[in-house]
Amino acid sequence: MWKFFHKLASPPHFYQFAGKIVPWFAVIAIACIGYGGFAGLFVAPADYQQGDAFRIIYVHVPASYLSMMAYSIMAISAGIGLIWRIKLSHAVAAAAAPLGAWFTFLALATGSIWGKPMWGTWWEWGDPRLTSELLLLFLYIGYMALRASIDDIAKADKASAVLALVGVVNVPIIHFSVEWWSSLHQGPTLVREGGPAMAPDMLYPLLAMILGFTFLFGALLLGRVRTEVLYREYRARWVRELLLGDGGTT
Amino acid sequence: MCLFRGDKCLFNSLEFALNPGQLLIVEGSNGSGKTSLLRGIAGLLEFEQGEIHWEGNPLHGHYQAFRADLTWFAHKVGFKDDLNLLENLRFEQSLHSFDEGSVMAVLARLGLDLLTELPLRSLSAGQQRRVALARMLLSKGRVWMMDEPFTNLDGAGRSLVDAVLSEHLANGGSAIVATHQPLEIVGDVKRVSLS
Amino acid sequence: MTDTRPLVPSLWSGFVGIVRRDILLAWKRPGDVLNPLFFFAMVSTLFPLALGPSSEQLGSIGPGVIWVAALLAALLSLNSLFVSDFEDGSLDQLLLSPQPLTVLALGKAIGHWMVSGLPLVVISPLVAISFHMPDQSIKVMAVTLFFGTLSLSLLGSIGAALTVGLHRGTALLSLLILPLAMPVLIFGARTVSLSTSDDAVSAGVYFLAAYCMLALTLAPFATAAALRISNE
Repeated sequence: MWKFFHKLASPPHFYQFAGKIVPWFAVIAIACIGYGGFAGLFVAPADYQQGDAFRIIYVHVPASYLSMMAYSIMAISAGIGLIWRIKLSHAVAAAAAPLGAWFTFLALATGSIWGKPMWGTWWEWGDPRLTSELLLLFLYIGYMALRASIDDIAKADKASAVLALVGVVNVPIIHFSVEWWSSLHQGPTLVREGGPAMAPDMLYPLLAMILGFTFLFGALLLGRVRTEVLYREYRARWVRELLLGDGGTT
Repeated sequence: MCLFRGDKCLFNSLEFALNPGQLLIVEGSNGSGKTSLLRGIAGLLEFEQGEIHWEGNPLHGHYQAFRADLTWFAHKVGFKDDLNLLENLRFEQSLHSFDEGSVMAVLARLGLDLLTELPLRSLSAGQQRRVALARMLLSKGRVWMMDEPFTNLDGAGRSLVDAVLSEHLANGGSAIVATHQPLEIVGDVKRVSLS
Repeated sequence: MTDTRPLVPSLWSGFVGIVRRDILLAWKRPGDVLNPLFFFAMVSTLFPLALGPSSEQLGSIGPGVIWVAALLAALLSLNSLFVSDFEDGSLDQLLLSPQPLTVLALGKAIGHWMVSGLPLVVISPLVAISFHMPDQSIKVMAVTLFFGTLSLSLLGSIGAALTVGLHRGTALLSLLILPLAMPVLIFGARTVSLSTSDDAVSAGVYFLAAYCMLALTLAPFATAAALRISNE
């Protein structure tokens, strides 16, 4: 088992392995999102309070869940790369950042769109979830900006890893601080004692969407990591052979 | 050892050993990596591969003991321009202990004893280099690492460096010096060339 | 030949040395201390000028405005925290000293706070008075700013260490530090607001003190790691 992971840390093996996995993830993602999207939009009954407006949760909830998962993945792999000096780990962190940022943006946009019919405003500062998402977006942008401003890749890896780890400590603190002040956001509807508060017809498409988004993220991440690996290892022979088709003598 | 600077791997397959009383001269043209090698040994840069041992222990994880014995002399003087000599040396003392009583004697030897009240920014480049030399003389570190020690020094300054280095070696200290100028040193000299 | 192992000074000798040195440096360049203070005072006056002198309005925006101004002033002074050390080679010497870098990093942050944050706390009552804030609020403001500016110096030193030596590091520094500064700002400003309406403020103050302790214990490690990386 360990040998498998050990082998995986080598860029060429990872490249091959990820290449085989991506299509599977993509297929599962399409299937889940297809079912979830269709069922969420057409099959699930309208919410008695919010009408059809609630349907945006089928995008909003997966997006915000994934925005945080992406940050965790980014921070964990950055930490692994920093402590155990595994270059591939840094590549994963670098690849995860823009994906996480886009999911965060999606969560904010859909949250805002959802907010309009619910609260009457496009933006509500008192809502802890929305404000924490905004701060998460700033964390992502700060991470990417720091990476972009350091020319040496190894140095950029290490510096941004420190930043990511500091951010990880900060995210729960931010969330708690905003929540301490009054909130308008509805309580967590999925994870609650006594089971979720949603009817099964509404719930299953949502779970499917979350699963689908996760696999989508996985497929995109692995794809990006492959590209990142090629970019970083461009001098290695296996890359030249791969790209040029034969023993690279160029 | 291998150290990456950008994409280039500097000095493949380099090895040496340094004993008390020995001087290691690192030679090479500009850009060959002399500074990077010295910074790597001191621990300011990380080596991709290779190991350094200090007194029988691998350096990694034992940096504090090594640094207590290390004194660094490089192009940047490492003192604050706005503070005067004594204030700078007082700060230096909080980092590496040295004998306060010998301060004035050392400064006199380096020709700096009348300049103690001026902020460092008022001293010439050569005089500032001598202040850095004071650090070498006052510290009790047994390993000296010097990167291009002759920059900005006139003839008298250069002989001073030679003399001070020879004394250090005679007292059982060792040194690693990166330079492309000849050193007039009496002692056990090894050379390493990077090209 | 005498075999004298070099004496390593005590653990806190480097800390005291750095704090003392940085205060001495600030003494020799008073502009570095006064500039952010004037900036703080001026930014605070922009709002009454822009919004008009209505007393209740001033009283209600006072805490927020003063806190934001304090945050901006801190960002301004954090920029140059490690720059001169990086440029004159002192940073190399710090990294090569036998003193643990974490302790030295803590010293830099505390030294910075003593010449930037502490003076700000001292003059904050003057600014608060100009906003017609009641007396108990002024006290609360000073206490929150005390913990807040200390947290900012500590957290800001992480950002300053990450961006030392980078081109256009200034804007990047603000971007990196703002998320860390948010909880401090939220609790600081809103706690003072609560005090103007006579609500209990101890919870907010405790939070700020706790966050400050967290920063005090964890930030130096991050700063030290960042310094080593940035100095390569």
